[in-house]
Amino acid sequence: MTPSELEQLQKRAAEALALRLQKHAVKGNGKPARRVLLICAGGACISCGEAPVWAALEKELVRNNLQDTVQMVQTGCMSACDMGPIVIVRPDNVLYQHVKPEDAGRIVQQHMLRDEPVRDLMWRPGPKAEPVASPDEIPFFSKQVKIVLETCGIIDPENIEEYIAMEGYQALAKALTSMTPQQVIDEVKTSGIRGRGGAGFPTGTKWQMLRNAKGDEKYIICNADEGDPGAFMDRSVLEGDPHRVLEAMALAGYAAGASKGFVYVRAEYPLAIRRLQIALEQARRYGLLGRRILGTDFSFGIEIRVGAGAFVCGEETALMASVQGKRGMPRPRPPFPTDAGINDKPTSINNVETFASIPAIIRRGGAWYASIGTPKSTGTKVFALAGKVNNTGLVEVPMGTTLRELVFEIGGGIPNGKAFKAAQTGGPSGGCIPAAHLDLPLDFDSLQQIGSIVGSGGLVVMDEDSCMVDVAKFFMDFCVDESCGKCPPCRVGTKQIYRTLHKICEGKGTEEDLKILDDLCDVLRSSSLCGLGQTAPNPTMSTLRHFRDEYEAHIKNHKCPAKVCKSLIRYVITTAKCTGCSLCARNCPTSAISRVEGQKKYIIDQAKCIHCGKCFEVCHFAAVARD
Amino acid sequence: MSSIQALESTISRLGHQVGPGEKVMFDQLEIAIGYYNRSPEALIQILHRAQELFGYLRPDVVDFVAQKLTLPVSHVYGVISFYSFFSTVPRGKYTIMACMGTACYVRGAEQVVQAFEKELGIHRGQTTPDGLFSLKCVRCLGACGMAPVVMIGEDVHSKLQPNTVKKVIRQYT
Repeated sequence: MTPSELEQLQKRAAEALALRLQKHAVKGNGKPARRVLLICAGGACISCGEAPVWAALEKELVRNNLQDTVQMVQTGCMSACDMGPIVIVRPDNVLYQHVKPEDAGRIVQQHMLRDEPVRDLMWRPGPKAEPVASPDEIPFFSKQVKIVLETCGIIDPENIEEYIAMEGYQALAKALTSMTPQQVIDEVKTSGIRGRGGAGFPTGTKWQMLRNAKGDEKYIICNADEGDPGAFMDRSVLEGDPHRVLEAMALAGYAAGASKGFVYVRAEYPLAIRRLQIALEQARRYGLLGRRILGTDFSFGIEIRVGAGAFVCGEETALMASVQGKRGMPRPRPPFPTDAGINDKPTSINNVETFASIPAIIRRGGAWYASIGTPKSTGTKVFALAGKVNNTGLVEVPMGTTLRELVFEIGGGIPNGKAFKAAQTGGPSGGCIPAAHLDLPLDFDSLQQIGSIVGSGGLVVMDEDSCMVDVAKFFMDFCVDESCGKCPPCRVGTKQIYRTLHKICEGKGTEEDLKILDDLCDVLRSSSLCGLGQTAPNPTMSTLRHFRDEYEAHIKNHKCPAKVCKSLIRYVITTAKCTGCSLCARNCPTSAISRVEGQKKYIIDQAKCIHCGKCFEVCHFAAVARD
Repeated sequence: MSSIQALESTISRLGHQVGPGEKVMFDQLEIAIGYYNRSPEALIQILHRAQELFGYLRPDVVDFVAQKLTLPVSHVYGVISFYSFFSTVPRGKYTIMACMGTACYVRGAEQVVQAFEKELGIHRGQTTPDGLFSLKCVRCLGACGMAPVVMIGEDVHSKLQPNTVKKVIRQYT
């Protein structure tokens, strides 16, 4: 394909997509109006029954002879996971949430045939509030700025022409026909984009280092080993818009002088792997990857490498070992990958989200991108909002958006009227942000100042029911498991920190232990070989810093304020509420509950109680209290 | 039945059967090895295919791979033991992968896993005596918006609670 053929194809494909991009009410004049049903096929929507909804809608359309009038499209993630399965009707721009197969009849007969949208399938701001039809008026969507997720949720990820219709591969065509490799790098530098994988290294600088490196065999790697628990934007991009990443990798190859790339993707993401394979095959067939791309002298090939379940492989030197089929063990740097990477040849490794931002930067210019966000953290960041928050899903906002906006305006606050306690960012390498910092702008530097990191963008919200010592223990347990064992500070240190935290959760901690924790964290941070060990103490350090009172409550008062640590919970029966039904006594595994002599009341023998909480769960009268 | 007995019965049930079906599987594995030009760099990709074909990485399969790639068997075992996705013991027909990511954890994944343990009568890491289910705790599955989740095959089951576990199991029996 030549650049002019691509342009023609883009025009043709855009016409085919026109109806989907329009937003206005339509009415059928005597016969049903032409419409498009966009059905979210992201991971979350699939898990809550997208396939039966699709089948039911298809059947219903055929039954009403509408299969040629109403088009059905399976799109990538629409990012509002909590609303799934989601169907958006265009051009009317009506969003239906929690769609069930039995709703298909109403959607087709009421909306498609009679032009009357189904009101009770729409989103509502509250149980009794008026329904909102347009996604553009729902705060979850309206406050987002989409660059990375620009076309995710609009196009069919398995059809390259739909990506091309949305200006796909235009950036590559522009670079190959009118820009020198150095100009591409300069544009990326102007944009100020910093790596979205966690460390925040400037992408333009990295590409420049690769370009300046000696040798003509160079490699580009896309790090899709999204290992941070709580982050799922890379998964959604690969599942919803894989071509965007492939185009950016080719751009990187052109800019830095590399002709081969690898996508290293986790085995836990089978759908992402399948869609990547389809995308690669299509891009090769259209002459957008492979030999002599768009009729120019530039050739670039991409291969997929599937990981096999090791968190440490997100670290770049470990990842390269794994790409080459070895144990994923990190090695000391320097030499940096841009000097000696795959096969000891210069290699640049960038994250999925970083790549996904690049095509827009080349198309619209680095200055445009730099105008979004803050001066030192430009552009947008995709956060994966999860945990104890009303609206979960992917949220793309300008860097510098505050935590409060994210959790309360976009996320809709905390469920069941509970209080916000902390937000955990950056997974096992990050920290917890307490309520006092709710107005902190989320960008690389501000988060680092308070002992957390943006990381890959996982943002898990915790409410008053989360114990911060237990959370620190959870992450340390993760690091103990995932430490590769090569360097002693990480191998031994993570274990020691875990033991100390465990001891505190058991109520056996001493004040000396807090001092030991501080010291251990310091050793780990300063002497581990790779990023995993160096950042492993972060969750512990940040909870020690912001929630020291909780640690002290465990140690001094033998109490777990959030009532999570089992050993520290005392169960008692409130005599006034006890009806004497005996349900608790019958369920107690240690027969610790017995009837009070001469009364129809029960009592717990604290010596026998193992704090399992069974009595608390089974009591119908809330007579069992946790102290 | 003790867990060791359960494991033994599973091994004997899934155990070594050299028959015409076996040969087809080895042929298929050889095709995959050929696709990657017998390159040792593709070891992980080839082991994925081997596990897909044989269910787990049996000693004779590992030997076969090592030989075809001219790698020491010890090297291949080094790689297998490093990655949690590879298994050298038979697994059930369905592996229930319970997500232990942060979001799932905060929303009660531990209680869900306990419910699976109780319902299946096995502990995490074990296989049911009938060889149908294995229960495994895994790293974040990236479906945090729908926490807590488990993945069985390629199906993701979302927003689980201890009392909905039975319903999930029933879909596979």
